Amino acid sequence: MSIQTNVAVIGGGPAGLAAAIAASKQGADVLLIEREARLGGILKQCVHDGFGVVRFGEKLAGPEYAQRFLNELREYPIQTLTQTFVDKIKPHPLGWKINLVTAQGMRQAFAKAVVFATGCRERTARQIGIHGTRPAGVLTAGSAQYFTNILGQLPGHRCVILGSGDIGMIMARRLTLEGAQVLGVYEARAMPSGLPRNVAQCLHDFNIPLHLRKTVTRCFGYPRLEAVEIASVDEHMQPIAGTEERIDCDALILSVGLIPENELLETLRVSIDPVTRGPVCDQHGMVAPGLFCCGNAAHVNDLVDYVSESGEIVGTAAAQYTEQPRQHAKIIAGQGMMYATPQKITLPAGKFPLYFRVREELGKSRVVVRLGDTVLAKKTYLTLRPPEMERIALDLSQVALQEGQEIMVEIL
Amino acid sequence: MTNLICITCPIGCALQAQLVDGKLTVTGHTCARGEEFARAELTNPMRTLCTTVRTNDPACPLLPVRTQGEIPKAAMMDVMRLLAGVTVTSPLTCGDVITSLAPICDGNVIATCDWPF
Repeated sequence: MSIQTNVAVIGGGPAGLAAAIAASKQGADVLLIEREARLGGILKQCVHDGFGVVRFGEKLAGPEYAQRFLNELREYPIQTLTQTFVDKIKPHPLGWKINLVTAQGMRQAFAKAVVFATGCRERTARQIGIHGTRPAGVLTAGSAQYFTNILGQLPGHRCVILGSGDIGMIMARRLTLEGAQVLGVYEARAMPSGLPRNVAQCLHDFNIPLHLRKTVTRCFGYPRLEAVEIASVDEHMQPIAGTEERIDCDALILSVGLIPENELLETLRVSIDPVTRGPVCDQHGMVAPGLFCCGNAAHVNDLVDYVSESGEIVGTAAAQYTEQPRQHAKIIAGQGMMYATPQKITLPAGKFPLYFRVREELGKSRVVVRLGDTVLAKKTYLTLRPPEMERIALDLSQVALQEGQEIMVEIL
Repeated sequence: MTNLICITCPIGCALQAQLVDGKLTVTGHTCARGEEFARAELTNPMRTLCTTVRTNDPACPLLPVRTQGEIPKAAMMDVMRLLAGVTVTSPLTCGDVITSLAPICDGNVIATCDWPF
């Protein structure tokens, strides 16, 4: 039996939940598709707190943050399919035809607009050039978190953590609390890549050493990890010969970056931003007519509060979507910027949040958003760091933007 | 002068704090919560402890929990040992109290989601 809906949302994590609720608030028929048995996405296993400071003014645990949206979801007539996987999407006279694989067999859905809220994935050992054996005991921080917080199984007793991303540091604390020994967190860069508060409360609080400019170059042992080789790296992040040391351990946990998950969206030949690794979006999260993207699938966020905000913007726009000719202006990440999103603006521009990350750590600096010589917005920061995504609320409703014009975001 | 990183919000301000004869001097904070944090760090550091407790459902063996409010940082491992002996057997709503922390410290441990899921 096929399903016809206005908006299909793929992914029941924080972005998808917010998008489904927002679309339903607009009066749209909404279908929410989740491949796992439970909604909530990665928040289910993020038992630590710190979620919701921006949105709710409280520090909530991940499941607690998700629970607020799950409770709200129940108040709306949203059709939810769990344990359902989207196999294929194709254009169709009704909008989009979605092939679903469910526990009961194949089904089809037809939607006028599709929201991709598919989140992101972790980089693995093979993507960062670790050599040697492929033993059990080498896992990503997210997998270690799943074992520890969902299954109740400790992934190792003597753990080495590679990468100082937030999840890596949070797992260093979590494993220590559960009785494992965390020998150290190794980071190839000169600066930790996660938030400073996690260096403090996850590492300093538990006397876990953080080794900068060092990386793991090799694994030893089979079938179980027995040791890793650590080496210092030079300024090009290349291991320095002669600095190798061997550390006995039974788990190597990787926190070496996240990549937006857009395998499905890429089959529709949309344009992918080479820096964010997410699709090129407008201020409503629209990627192409009737296709939308939000949350970590669009670009990796560090706060779930902004993932929810993005879901709401995109869910609202998807519910209001109609086929019509559209004109676009561009947003360019200028001097000092690693990226800025949205990458394009559908006219009229209106009000929307602009998100950016800088290329390198900076002291007091001013970020300027300009159209030619006209300054549209400016904001002064005491410090700017690449791990921290920043937000500027833009109001371009009074700006006479024209098709093809370029808005520049840069550090002055 | 002690260097601290404020953990109150994601900004993570780098604080320099000093407590002399009960008088606190703090620099580097960007809001009032930074001062409160520094005072607590220099007298009695407090943390929220987030962890899991066992359930009697083999399909979903763990329930996420946290302390209701902060507990002394030094008490965290004792609370972990206390919670190792707790098993949840009856339905709970997010925020329900699972156990009191007496005699370790003040406060309770609460569920951070509804259970059963």
